[in-house]
Amino acid sequence: MADAHARNHDYHIVDPSPWPFVGSVSAFLFAVGAIMTMKGLHIGTLKAGPIIFTVGILGILYTMLSWWSDVINEAEHKGNHTRIVQMHHRYGMIMFIASEVMFFVAWFWAFFDSSIYAGEEKAFLRFAFTGGHWPPTGIEVFDPWHLPLLNTLILLTSGTTVTWAHHALLHDDRQGLKQGLLLTVILGAIFTCVQAYEYAHAGFSFGGNIYGATFFMATGFHGFHVLIGTIFLAVCLFRASKGHFTPKQHLGFEFAAWYWHFVDVVWLFLFVSIYLWGSQWGAAFHGH
Amino acid sequence: MAHAATSHDTHHGDPTGWKRWVMSTNHKDIGTMYLIFAIIAGLVGGFLSIAMRLELQEPGLQYFTNPQTYNVFVTGHGLIMVFFVVMPAVIGGFGNWFVPLMIGAPDMAFPRMNNISFWLLPAAFALLFISLFVEGAPGSNGFGGGWTVYPPLATMGHPGPALDFGILSLHLAGASSILGAINFITTILNMRAPGMTMHKMPLFAWALLVTAFLLLLSLPVLAGAITMLLTDRNFGTAFFDPANGGDPILYQHLFWFFGHPEVYIMILPGFGIVSHIISTFSKKPIFGYLGMAYAMVAIGAVGFIVWAHHMYTAGLALNTQRYFMFATMVIAVPTGVKIFSWIATMWGGSIRFTAAMQWAIGFIFLFTVGGVTGVVLANAGIDRNLHNTYYVVAHFHYVLSLGAVFSIFAGFYYWFPKMSGRIIPESIGILHFWVAFIGANVLFFPMHFTGLSGMPRHYVDYPDAFAGWNRISSYGSYIFAAGLLIFFYGILRAYLSPVRAADNPWGEGATTLEWTLSSPPPHHQFDTLPRFSGSGH
Repeated sequence: MADAHARNHDYHIVDPSPWPFVGSVSAFLFAVGAIMTMKGLHIGTLKAGPIIFTVGILGILYTMLSWWSDVINEAEHKGNHTRIVQMHHRYGMIMFIASEVMFFVAWFWAFFDSSIYAGEEKAFLRFAFTGGHWPPTGIEVFDPWHLPLLNTLILLTSGTTVTWAHHALLHDDRQGLKQGLLLTVILGAIFTCVQAYEYAHAGFSFGGNIYGATFFMATGFHGFHVLIGTIFLAVCLFRASKGHFTPKQHLGFEFAAWYWHFVDVVWLFLFVSIYLWGSQWGAAFHGH
Repeated sequence: MAHAATSHDTHHGDPTGWKRWVMSTNHKDIGTMYLIFAIIAGLVGGFLSIAMRLELQEPGLQYFTNPQTYNVFVTGHGLIMVFFVVMPAVIGGFGNWFVPLMIGAPDMAFPRMNNISFWLLPAAFALLFISLFVEGAPGSNGFGGGWTVYPPLATMGHPGPALDFGILSLHLAGASSILGAINFITTILNMRAPGMTMHKMPLFAWALLVTAFLLLLSLPVLAGAITMLLTDRNFGTAFFDPANGGDPILYQHLFWFFGHPEVYIMILPGFGIVSHIISTFSKKPIFGYLGMAYAMVAIGAVGFIVWAHHMYTAGLALNTQRYFMFATMVIAVPTGVKIFSWIATMWGGSIRFTAAMQWAIGFIFLFTVGGVTGVVLANAGIDRNLHNTYYVVAHFHYVLSLGAVFSIFAGFYYWFPKMSGRIIPESIGILHFWVAFIGANVLFFPMHFTGLSGMPRHYVDYPDAFAGWNRISSYGSYIFAAGLLIFFYGILRAYLSPVRAADNPWGEGATTLEWTLSSPPPHHQFDTLPRFSGSGH
């Protein structure tokens, strides 16, 4: 081996980067700021919580922006994303989504623990609260065939528009790619607006009752993911308009689409379990 | 072939000084940072445990004027040892260092993400450290509800911010581990050297692969559970509050759905390390390689469906308890496959009792003791009596303190020459082993007796009847701590001595790829991928 630095492999030996460190420090500030804000702590007389929190958030956002700019640069201009490196990214994204699925498992577990066993008499305090059935006594739930059904249709439609964009990209139809993406982003935004409207008209709150806790935690976490997915797709739209992505290499787009489908599928589970099965409508069928 | 790169230890354009570490994208440098971090955190966690043993040496209150502070020490000790010592050492430290080397890869699949996995840990540790010094329960500092953080002690019992710091600390540590898990799985599945099929891959890589899957699938559930704790504490939700329709047992399910795989997360890498050491110093390939690999897969898979054996006294239905009892005992089968295969590897081997080998044999012996008491505790009926006694403390310290920690020291003495290029004199490692072996057994074996006679855990004081064995336990902890001084002396000696390690200091028994490289390896190894033709184990 004459030159020790001649690389005879296709892996990406990444250059040193400040972003992991900056991101970690920001995450620390974010956590400290969040706790100080929640607990009303102050340093001397200064209520520093919101300030530290904001600095942390900005640091995290700045880290994301810089880090992903580097990644895009490596993909688009430096040619670091060889076939095997693309394969790494695919594995990475699949496993990231798998871990997100397990995150949702926790919320569904909380929901089913509360709803299926609401009639468990041994848990007498809980029984007293729920009245032995689900939804608990005094909780006015949403009609699943109203806004929730509309949102289901919106998300399913957005799943088709993102697939349209994907096929357009594969056939090098840039116009179709941008149109499909734009429509998907708009549908995602409409979904979020409908969800916000629904939240504003909820007959129960996040605090003080188990129904609101499981409902808002599960749908809220999902809504947050819709927001992330929408931003992800919007970034892809922006990149598409900059001329990024080729029919052969477009991982950023692919991952946004995967993520979007994941968010879509989670919604179907939420709709069927929480809105449908867990409503009075469902109660008629599961005999409570 | 890789020796040619030795003279180019640092790559052109790679930063030096503090930037080399802060901005690192190098798996060996990141691995080194993990190991140093684990040692520092280990001293903090060890200090807490010594303080506990000092207090328990005699009945009555010795040092803790506020008994709640003792509980805070117990909690801190548990969380630190699990999340900031064992996991960073075996996964972040040895995993980072040796998975790429063993599979013939130039680095991890995501070198930059690797670095945030590390740097999130000091951030998480800082949060946990702050937690010790802010109010938890009314009128005292820190969270004292145990590493399991059960409500209602973790909701109504500790209204102060201490536990909020603890919760967000676990969030960051969890994020770090999930990213690390993604990195390991991708690396192991995609970056094996040409010719190294999965069935030729070294067992340490198999161990890390299974571990990473456990992390990936269990940690998000913990994150969900502690997020619900956080909202119960700060936003008035009712997840774990029965008065508003919630269920505290839900938390226990969620926690142990993570918590049980977590104990395999801590021990599986140790299985991998020990397999290589036993094989190397018996000068024989590991006995039943495929069985060893798939035993780990089986342990990992079954490990996901046994969690409620931690909850036998929580009032679960009897049929539920029966299921979890049988499922738990099933794990003894693949674990037995491993123990017997290690013994069979040594059988008829040309054994050299180096320091690493003695630690590894010590691991097998002590882990087996802990495993056997685990089978005892798996019985729901017996657990009625032993739940939350010192018998449980003895059990899990035999598998963790004497299992996982012994595997860390075994790995350290085995790989230190490779990592540093220096030599710790064998006699020092062997002396350390015997002091630690005697200390740990004197420390933990009496806990079986105090536990069987009914001494409950998590208390600062105890009846005089338990005084004798407690005093002996405390002496054991001082002996174990003295062993650590020998450990640090060994490292010091290695760095003061001019002696340098050979590329392969262990001879022909050491067959994995890391021994084909220089000691320490070049900054970037395998610029030309090794073509793998051996058996790999």
